[in-house]
Amino acid sequence: MTQPSPPRLALAEEQLVFERSRPGRRAGRMPPLDVPAAPAEAIPEGFRRRRAPLLPEVSENELVRHYTRLSQRNWGIDTGFYPLGSCSMKYNPKLAEDAAAIPGFRRLHPLQPESQTQGALQMLVELERSLCAVTGMAGVTFQPAAGAHGELTGLLIMRAFHEHNGQRRKRVLIPDSAHGTNPASVTLAGYQTQEVPSDSRGLVDVEALEAMVGDDVAGFMITNPNTLGLFEENIERVAAAIHSVGGLLYYDGANLNAILGRSRPGDMGFDIVHMNLHKTFATPHGGGGPGAGPLAVSERLLPFLPGPRPAFDEASGRYRWDEGDDRSIGRMHTFWGNFGILVRASSYARALGSDGLRHVAERAVLNANYLAHRLRGTYDLAFPAQPMHEFVLSARKQKARGAKAMDIAKRVLDYGFHAPTVYFPLIVDEAMMVEPTETEAVETLDAFAEALIAIDAEIGPNLEELKTAPHTAPISRPDEARAARNLVPRWYPQAPEPVHDPEDAGPAEKPSI
Amino acid sequence: MEFAPHTDADVRMMLDALGLASVDDLFAPIPSSLRYERPLDMPEGHTEIEVLRELGALAARNRSTDELVCFLGAGAYDHHVPSMVWPLLSRGEFATSYTPYQPEVSQGVLQALFEYQTMISELTGLEISNASLYDGGSALGEAVHMAASATGRKAVVLAGCINPLYAAVLRTVARGPDFELREARWGSNGTADLDAIRALADGAAAVAIQTPSFLGTLEDVAAIADVTHAAGAKLIVHFDLTSAGILEAPGVLGADIVVAEGQPLGNHLNFGGPYVGVIACRREEARRLPGRLVGETTDREGRRAFVLTLQAREQHIRRAKATSNICTNQTLNALGTSMALAWLGPEGLRELGETCLAKARYCRDRLVEVAGAKPAFDAPAFKEFAVRLAADPVRVCERAAADGYLAGLPLAEHLPGRGLDDALLIAVTERRTREEIDGLAESIARACKEEA
Repeated sequence: MTQPSPPRLALAEEQLVFERSRPGRRAGRMPPLDVPAAPAEAIPEGFRRRRAPLLPEVSENELVRHYTRLSQRNWGIDTGFYPLGSCSMKYNPKLAEDAAAIPGFRRLHPLQPESQTQGALQMLVELERSLCAVTGMAGVTFQPAAGAHGELTGLLIMRAFHEHNGQRRKRVLIPDSAHGTNPASVTLAGYQTQEVPSDSRGLVDVEALEAMVGDDVAGFMITNPNTLGLFEENIERVAAAIHSVGGLLYYDGANLNAILGRSRPGDMGFDIVHMNLHKTFATPHGGGGPGAGPLAVSERLLPFLPGPRPAFDEASGRYRWDEGDDRSIGRMHTFWGNFGILVRASSYARALGSDGLRHVAERAVLNANYLAHRLRGTYDLAFPAQPMHEFVLSARKQKARGAKAMDIAKRVLDYGFHAPTVYFPLIVDEAMMVEPTETEAVETLDAFAEALIAIDAEIGPNLEELKTAPHTAPISRPDEARAARNLVPRWYPQAPEPVHDPEDAGPAEKPSI
Repeated sequence: MEFAPHTDADVRMMLDALGLASVDDLFAPIPSSLRYERPLDMPEGHTEIEVLRELGALAARNRSTDELVCFLGAGAYDHHVPSMVWPLLSRGEFATSYTPYQPEVSQGVLQALFEYQTMISELTGLEISNASLYDGGSALGEAVHMAASATGRKAVVLAGCINPLYAAVLRTVARGPDFELREARWGSNGTADLDAIRALADGAAAVAIQTPSFLGTLEDVAAIADVTHAAGAKLIVHFDLTSAGILEAPGVLGADIVVAEGQPLGNHLNFGGPYVGVIACRREEARRLPGRLVGETTDREGRRAFVLTLQAREQHIRRAKATSNICTNQTLNALGTSMALAWLGPEGLRELGETCLAKARYCRDRLVEVAGAKPAFDAPAFKEFAVRLAADPVRVCERAAADGYLAGLPLAEHLPGRGLDDALLIAVTERRTREEIDGLAESIARACKEEA
């Protein structure tokens, strides 16, 4: 039997599309004008463009080759294993792409009257029911385009709820292991962040939390399982502490994959829940987006949701947009949210169904535990408790011998895998966060484990090669400090004089999340 | 239908390796009071064939722009999406990749974004574009945050007619930082009133306009820039990129921040999303920019390389002090926009602008001649315009839909109390033919007669 060799990206450098440009060459054309041309005065003097924009002049064949070659210099889930902690990089079913391309969805204008969009509204109402079933919540807004957008929506709902009750609260608590989006969203909602420490087991220090709560606390945001992949077993006590001062409990859905059909945020006491459909419901990440971050809330918060919301009118048997009343925080998205992503998520929910979603959590947790088991003899587990769908290793032992988490992550690329998330959560020294997801086969997990073990063995005999990895990728490690200090944000036909900026480039060891 | 590859033997072997008796033991960390033991209240799983049949049946209950000839715009436009765009975006290496934090294996997305940033810089006339925001509405909100940060002020003047849906998003996100929104009403010709701006700009962080405006009219960006800068405020311009082949770049005319909805270039209507928020600014404001930014550098061998840069602005580094909370953006849609722009090239973008301009003028003239419509405003326009009808625009649209036309947007609902209850907003893209435009005019004429 032939042994598989690691997948490789294209090494051939690809010109910028502008560098392929030849004057007079082109791809797209307009149909011949079948109406009178507009007179010159149709556009006032001074409003008309003077210099044509520098767009590429390239034939369609050359454009298709250009983008095809660029794609070959990029890693995707379709290329190979993508064990990024906290990102749920699972297989993205192609079914979803077919579903989203149905012309009745893809070619629908967002402002068409309800009578022309009954099928789209029904799809949304049915997806809302499924998301409520999964989360144990009462209703959903589909407007947030991404998880962080959902966070801001949820925090503005939190604020509107308190203000409706005549309370101007100040603080939002988050764990010290939280994603960066949490505190950033808190600031945008006009609140101050206060971090709650983790205890020695990697869980929220409940006693510290209980000492921190007060009647100026608007709420507490947390993932469960938390960002260390550990289930917050005291979540009911946490909920009681927050609710005792009138605060609201916010569920960051980044890790929902771990508990699908096995446990529900609504039953844990959460009031507000965002989901990342581009994680849990397998819609593709698109190189950074688009995602979809629908937000679910409990009964008492329904009136505060952004409007309009899709609704079913029992009396008429018709679907419609429900504007809500003046308690609604208002619109968060220009239209209704990332509908094309919602169609994909709907196809996923329909394909898996209640039984399939439960299996997702089982296989995801099984894969993570199996992989952690394979690695814990070589790398330190940041915390020893049984993980859920992901786990955090610390490369502190490896660092003491000369190889940092960053070096190991870069070396993983040479072995034919994407790197794990590194330097997150911030509370773990030399963190490497691994989330295999449910769609990886055991032989892939074994191969990845063997790669990480082999890399550990390279420390010593092969340290230099490890520290200069990757050696098989399209580029070696880029000079990130230079990119920040001498910002080149676009192409120019003649390179301009470099502009040096003394401002810092951020830490060398950045969270890759 | 499931996508996990585990055989029963795999599960058994893995559980044995872990020393666990059953799958249930994997969930031991969850307190028993929180374990959900029932089936989820939703249907059982289905096969691919069944799911596509179900969703196909739902889609068939919609009347899409394949079925209706689309003259509806108002922020989402039926432009041609070049045939090459979606097959290329659907390549798994683009579609199924994560944010390019590992540049060594992400050069494809990073270089494509660098090219996108260059094109947006060219179209807007500002040097720095980020790698996308959510949509046109959120882009306006982020621009106001930038201006507030740059000036240390909290008020924004909304001048002329900005898409009310963008303004609604801004109103929502303004609740957090308590931004004050001041509305400077538009003049009788449907464009911003300089005196109204002057009266409100004092102490404001920004003046925001949209050109072409929501009503389709062209704003005098240079004049508004003068008034704005005299008050020490930043000028934010919400721009239509499809006009950039014929209309001067707002940055050249004095705009400090340019935002846009990128949907019209390379993205399908998709019932409102995913679209792409565009934002560009001057170099000196680069460190206030929200979201991802790609920069050029070199690798250890001196080869050209692209990376996410100025990350010290962003939430994963700066946390509560970040310029924005945005993490996941609309990268794939931004690539669609840059592919459409590359397909058009400079000459195609100019032709696109001239074609939309000519067809919109022809359509307006036909409506005046055939349907007795009256242009609502006399200012120059681009691809969209408002006309007053002799009958209720909502009823007219219903009748036109029966004839196969999506006639436009009745303005009463979106701009209540502005004396536009008899007005219809009509968009004409390069996809419309003379025959379709003539047909629309006749349909509206008939509808007006029947409703009268």
